Amino acid sequence: MADLFKILTLREKKAVVEKGGGDAAIEKQVAMGKLPARERILSLLDKNSFHEYDMFVKHDGRDFGMDKKDFPGDGVVTGTGTIFGAPVCIYAQDFTVAGGSLGLQHARKITKIMDHALKMKCPIIGINDSGGARIQEGVSALAGYGEIFYRNTIASGVIPQISLILGPCAGGAVYSPALTDFVFVVENISKMFITGPNVIKTVLGEDISMEDLGGARVHAEITGNAHFYAVSEKECFEQVKRLVQFIPWNNSERAKKIKSKEPKTKLNIEDIVPSDPKQPYDVRDVIKCIVDDSDFLEIQELWAANIVIGFGRMAGETVGFVANQPMVLAGVLDCDSADKAARFIRFCDAFNIPIITLEDMPGYLPGVDQEHAGVIRHGAKVLYAYSEATVSKITVILRKAYGGGYIAMNSRHLGADFMFAWPSAEIAVMGPEGAANIIFRKEIMEAEDEDKMRQEKVKEYIEKFANPYVAASKGFIDSVIEPKETRSLILHALQLSVLKEENRPEKKHGIPPF
Amino acid sequence: MAKKNEKNEEYVDFVVTARKYKTLLTKKYENRSKWHKPVPGEVLSNLPGTVMEIKVKEGAKVKAGQLLLIHEAMKMLNRIVAPVDGTVTAIHVKKGEQIKKDHLMLTIKPN
Repeated sequence: MADLFKILTLREKKAVVEKGGGDAAIEKQVAMGKLPARERILSLLDKNSFHEYDMFVKHDGRDFGMDKKDFPGDGVVTGTGTIFGAPVCIYAQDFTVAGGSLGLQHARKITKIMDHALKMKCPIIGINDSGGARIQEGVSALAGYGEIFYRNTIASGVIPQISLILGPCAGGAVYSPALTDFVFVVENISKMFITGPNVIKTVLGEDISMEDLGGARVHAEITGNAHFYAVSEKECFEQVKRLVQFIPWNNSERAKKIKSKEPKTKLNIEDIVPSDPKQPYDVRDVIKCIVDDSDFLEIQELWAANIVIGFGRMAGETVGFVANQPMVLAGVLDCDSADKAARFIRFCDAFNIPIITLEDMPGYLPGVDQEHAGVIRHGAKVLYAYSEATVSKITVILRKAYGGGYIAMNSRHLGADFMFAWPSAEIAVMGPEGAANIIFRKEIMEAEDEDKMRQEKVKEYIEKFANPYVAASKGFIDSVIEPKETRSLILHALQLSVLKEENRPEKKHGIPPF
Repeated sequence: MAKKNEKNEEYVDFVVTARKYKTLLTKKYENRSKWHKPVPGEVLSNLPGTVMEIKVKEGAKVKAGQLLLIHEAMKMLNRIVAPVDGTVTAIHVKKGEQIKKDHLMLTIKPN
């Protein structure tokens, strides 16, 4: 029965590796609200679908007594599985083993599964929970990071890349998630920064906690490094699974089609947008009136909330939404919202997801801080992303479309395939007050009652220009539509553009203003 | 004597992790503002604009999400809502007042 003996030996060896850093370390991990690495993977994948690779890989540290130490799996679990039937490659750093520190073999396990994902053309999911580079391995650890970043870049736009930050992710390690498409963070668990609070304190004397410097909330709300924010790991896993259902497996596929459902919201699309252009509303209510089942997956909900981005479905097929949000900062474009929209547009274009733009914005945010923060450079990203995109591009102008913002928000001039405007649309070179002050400057200055004349001229301008018909008369808008026709006309546009083909001059790659 | 470059600009000490380097600084770096921990319950303006209406009184108990005031900015009547549950301890603005960005408008003592 030599065979049985060998099988039992295998089982024993596997059991040792599966124990990771041992019971005490796992207990500590669980006490922090964190699951052990393998359990995290099992929570994400379909039942019984996980197949683990490279369990018996050994680290090759030789210095500082490392040769006498054994790290099960070298601190990272890698493998393949499925999520709702979609194949994925996955890895999870194991904090219980040497603090999840990254040595050369640890990195090689990761790069191997990344190469596999790129060859199999399926999404790659990385779970980050690591103290950082294994200092004892010196430059080999750095080599490991570099080889991961290189693959993140090569895979970019070919397969979807998803990062979960479920523990510390500091120093060089942060750049792998930063290069991926979607980053998930969890309250009190995720910590991301280049230099930690201790270094900042000693160097600059600035006192800040880890949470305030690079906690989940900070990355979801202030830095924009994170795309999804959850309060528990369980919620985070649900978010990941939901996202995976919306996106295709790779750039030569379309996202899986599901059964079409009518919007279920009780809201009436005609009642949401106030006719007074000064009144705010929640543009997500409009989206809910348009998408299948009123089901909208918002991305980067907390950061740059003056623009809304996310996925929904139309006739069962995934679409991306980009919408100005009048409820926040009056819906202006600024550095952050431009950055947010541009990256999302490029994701949609890379993965064959049509883009629907809902426009209601007063223009770019004025201010010294914006100008000095490079709003020109950031704003240009939106122009670049829309112009570059060859997927179906549909715009609905709900209300205000002024100035540079009108051009930027997927105008006809940047290659929109379908331009719709509601009767409430105001498409003009700038807001009526500003325009009247310039055009009728002389009349206003010479009038006996300047204010009265100004008001008259503003009114005159509104009547003449604050409508969709001037743009429509030049063919910049294809049709002025009733709000209640919006869903059916978008469906029509999508149906018509299924076979859309648009070619660009051959080039190695463009040079977007990032 | 302090070391200078050929343009007579003086190199200063600059600490990165555990080492000091001699270097020049950028204007942007020199003018950077120090981080301040945000105080929960302090309601700051996020745009320059005008206070149009104040919907609460000092001492009022408010719930997170409750309308506090209307702040006109970027030609929009923005609804400023309570960030937390608590009691309004001070209103720092008047109706019609023009305020800058990051102006303290209202203080709530969180529950």
